[in-house]
Amino acid sequence: MPVIYMDNNATTKVDPAVLEEMLPYFSEQYGNPSSMHTFGGQVGRKLSEARERVAQAFGCTPGEVIFNACGTEGDNTAIRSALGSQPEKRHIITTRVEHPAVLNVVKHLEKKWGYEATYLGVDEQGRLDLDELKDSIRHDTALISVMYANNETGVVYPIQEIAEIAKERGVLMHTDAVQVLGKVPFDLKTLPVDFLAVSGHKVHAPKGVGALFVRKGVQFRPFMMGGHQEHGRRAGTENTTGIIGLGKACEIAMGNIGHENSVVKGLRDKLEKGLVAAVPDVRINGTKDSRLPNTTNVSFQYVEGESILLMLDAFGVCASSGSACTSGSLEPSHVLRAMGVPFTFAHGSIRFSLSRFNTEAEVDLVLAELPKIIARLREISPFKRGEGEAPACTC
Amino acid sequence: MWEYTDKVREHFINPKNVGEIPDASCVGEVGSLACGDALKLYLKVDEQDRIVDAKFQTFGCASAIASSSALTEMIKGKTVDEALDVSNQDIAEFLGGLPKEKMHCSVMGKEALEAAVANLRGQAVAPHQEGEVVCECFGVTDETIKRAIAENKLNTVEEITDYTKAGGGCGKCLDKLADILAEMKGQKLKPLEPVAQRPAGLTNLQRMKLISKIIDEEISPSLQKDGGNIELVDVDGKKVLVQLRGACSSCKSSQLTLKQFVEKRLRDAVEPDLTVEEVR
Repeated sequence: MPVIYMDNNATTKVDPAVLEEMLPYFSEQYGNPSSMHTFGGQVGRKLSEARERVAQAFGCTPGEVIFNACGTEGDNTAIRSALGSQPEKRHIITTRVEHPAVLNVVKHLEKKWGYEATYLGVDEQGRLDLDELKDSIRHDTALISVMYANNETGVVYPIQEIAEIAKERGVLMHTDAVQVLGKVPFDLKTLPVDFLAVSGHKVHAPKGVGALFVRKGVQFRPFMMGGHQEHGRRAGTENTTGIIGLGKACEIAMGNIGHENSVVKGLRDKLEKGLVAAVPDVRINGTKDSRLPNTTNVSFQYVEGESILLMLDAFGVCASSGSACTSGSLEPSHVLRAMGVPFTFAHGSIRFSLSRFNTEAEVDLVLAELPKIIARLREISPFKRGEGEAPACTC
Repeated sequence: MWEYTDKVREHFINPKNVGEIPDASCVGEVGSLACGDALKLYLKVDEQDRIVDAKFQTFGCASAIASSSALTEMIKGKTVDEALDVSNQDIAEFLGGLPKEKMHCSVMGKEALEAAVANLRGQAVAPHQEGEVVCECFGVTDETIKRAIAENKLNTVEEITDYTKAGGGCGKCLDKLADILAEMKGQKLKPLEPVAQRPAGLTNLQRMKLISKIIDEEISPSLQKDGGNIELVDVDGKKVLVQLRGACSSCKSSQLTLKQFVEKRLRDAVEPDLTVEEVR
């Protein structure tokens, strides 16, 4: 059975052109880029090319790019560096809808290191209130960390405005841009953030590689210590193949932003509209006005997300859910809860995230099968429209 | 990805005994839409106390649906007493095992069965509703937790969460769970009182109907005379949740109205240990 992969916010397929670029560096050109000999040196030159490609995509200089292992490492490094370089400042501002790579770091800093944190809320459409942000900034605010786009709902936040506010108030600004690379154009020449983290495997490069932008002039405290790799800013022998893959993927992504926002967006819109038309009692989570072109988060009332996913799995369709049963935490997604999505909808939420490798035929198959799956699960469910809501649970 | 057995998959994709029994002898309901899983079990019991038919409706994940399907298959043809011997481990074993984080689905099946039998026998509350609520997020009582510890030989707080969901929400009750666990491990387990010997009182349904009747026919008309009104929102065990409307909602003495008049009248007319709370 062919796989219909619609879970690209979780991870993506390595682009064949990316793989081709990487292959020689596994078995033929395996030298250590730090070595003095020509054999290693040529790998070093290839890494420089990758760094230039990433810098090109970011709109920054190659010296501002630090390669690392993943988006999570970038987020951790940025937050800890910002705090470490301003020990007198004890306050952090972030949002309730961040990825755990930021949220759990901030919670840890609160609990173990005595930092104070402000978690900005979102409205029912998933939007931030910039006035709330302005009001939360204190004289001892060390960092504002706001994700560029939400992984679950695809809501894109006004990072330009937020970064300008941060700059005006003299507060360092970090953004987790893992979901936007190749989907939303940004240019670090005009976007005044101090740190920006991306991950390879979300942009058709392999897993295990990421990049962190650190603006020139911003004090940096390394997270990994050891050798002098990455100019002493991230020790450890480079993941050469991964970095080469990320460089190539960035080059391809920049050429594909138009395609993402026309063709991929068209498929997403068709899927979303088709589901809303075919299934009663659904809602789309996240504002329609500012959303990633590839993501839709749909909630089906009266049914549970894990059941939907497993029934879709029988057709080879891969998606994800914000339901409690899939998270292992017994509570539905923190993002949907922050938005005030009723539990009755949150438990039945499904995220489809497309890529340029999806086809219209795949969207058509989901549109043909998913309404039947929802109808089937609603037959099994004791809850139905108009039959009175379930007894309230205090959760 | 959960590692489900083929048997779980089979009972999820093609569940047995889905639906309602219009003339059911009794119905057992546990869970809710808000909590993320719910099971409604219908039983048809003949004069020899034998379960001649069992059907279910389930809102929940694959293992919740499979556990419900398994339960109905296991109890059909059994007498009610034989059926009550089916434990949550039996349900899990019938399915070839469940992931440990999903064991609460088998517990939900067992609780629905007990709720249905309580309903059949006119008992006020099912065993899982007895005791004090420890986990407010999922409404889990200390009795349920103690039973899960004893019957499943649980040793850690994480296991309690896996089996009962208690502690899986805000996490405020985790310390209490640890206390209960310590207490249980420190003492010899008392055998559980058989369900049949528990005193009978009002069933949930009877209590709700009576409360609703008193509010509609007595309390509401009386408040309307003063330009106010009252609406029954929910009955949660012995807790009556209401909303005050009209003049009452802005009245400074509304708390007085609630306790002195509404609660007093309901205690007199329904049960002496009811409490009334306003939800806003």
